[in-house]
Amino acid sequence: MKKVSVSFTLNGDLVTAEVPPNWTLLKTLREYFELTGSKEGCGVGECGACTVIIDGDAINSCIYPILEVKGKSVTTIEGVASKDGTLHPLQKSFLENNGVQCGFCTSGMIMSAKALLDHNPNPTEEEIRASIAGNLCRCTGYVQVVESIEKAAEMIKQEK
Amino acid sequence: MNKFDYLTPTSISEAISLHESYGDQAKYIAGGTDVMVKIKEGKITPQYVISLRHLQGLDHIIYEKGELTIGAMVTHRMLELSPTIRKEFPVLIDAVENIGSVQIRNVATIGGNIVNAVPSADSAVPLITLGAEVRVIGPQGKRSMALEDFFIGPGKTLLEGGEILMEFLIPKLPPHTGAAYWKHTRRAAMELPILGVAVLISLDDDMQTCTEARIGLGVVAPTPMRAKNAEAILKGKKVDEEILKKAGKAAAQECKARDSIRGKAWYRRDMVELFVQRMAIVAMKRAR
Repeated sequence: MKKVSVSFTLNGDLVTAEVPPNWTLLKTLREYFELTGSKEGCGVGECGACTVIIDGDAINSCIYPILEVKGKSVTTIEGVASKDGTLHPLQKSFLENNGVQCGFCTSGMIMSAKALLDHNPNPTEEEIRASIAGNLCRCTGYVQVVESIEKAAEMIKQEK
Repeated sequence: MNKFDYLTPTSISEAISLHESYGDQAKYIAGGTDVMVKIKEGKITPQYVISLRHLQGLDHIIYEKGELTIGAMVTHRMLELSPTIRKEFPVLIDAVENIGSVQIRNVATIGGNIVNAVPSADSAVPLITLGAEVRVIGPQGKRSMALEDFFIGPGKTLLEGGEILMEFLIPKLPPHTGAAYWKHTRRAAMELPILGVAVLISLDDDMQTCTEARIGLGVVAPTPMRAKNAEAILKGKKVDEEILKKAGKAAAQECKARDSIRGKAWYRRDMVELFVQRMAIVAMKRAR
């Protein structure tokens, strides 16, 4: 099948993908750019493991057509830490507060949480829960995930 | 996943002419949260997917002189975050806030939800209760119709090949009008409703007599429906507990609930009876 050329900003860098037009953003991230932090869980937009941020908004990349990314800015879990490797407060907080168990949902959880905190630095517990309602964890529960996000919000405030 | 070409027209006329060229091999896509899933699951196999995301002027929310116009490409998230919708049409917030997840609402459009026409479409029930009209454009030009008549069966609408849903028009509501929607589910997020109930009530200046009542029900019939017998019971009456009970019972009787994996018919009827009453109370609070 013929390929199409799609240029966009990926984790701060201008990139061009040459992929078939029926590819999704997730497939392109994982198989063209070899950024495998975003996961394919359900593949139909229900589990949130593939969540990335496009122009500030969290979306499910597994059902996002690659051609719709043209000219946009995409942030994946690989772009959350600083270029020098310093972890984002959300990443530190998930590690410190046991927000990670098997880890499959974690990239998506962190991307949803980042989209929330970028818009709303002081979320209530209810707002945190609403922001990750589309991110399923099948290991355990959400208590430590919610705590991790709450504590990350505090860390971000202290840094400022 | 089947192979397809993905086309990104920038005008309505270009989109329609592309659809005309490819006919049955073409499929319009808006946010894609339903279409992409159907393609991935092999339920549809279009050769040409025509994106509507680059068309101009289909993502407006305009509230003027009491009339509300919502472009078909408005996302659920745009509605949820719109101060105008939150203040003037909280019934729409009741519905869109609980559709899918943030990730879905950021992408899924109100037009797509309606065109997809599943009996459980959360946004459809409040919209029919608000008396929404839909405006469509196609190879033969523009036409409009009541949203209530737009649905003709599960997954089926009056939309003909090549036609595009452009916008919803909600006519000015009478003074002292309130409306509320209840999505009945176990967890709300990422779930289809067991049933949906919207009630709109307009009150007379005495704030007690009902001058207009509209009741919308979702999931309990092949298409979103109005419970017109129940509406007739409320119209012109002073609304009290007794009359609300009667209306609830009438709505339960006229709905066509059936057993499904998400709920039994008897349970759905009982819940219709209950939530028609509860939503009427919320609607009246909002009307005052």
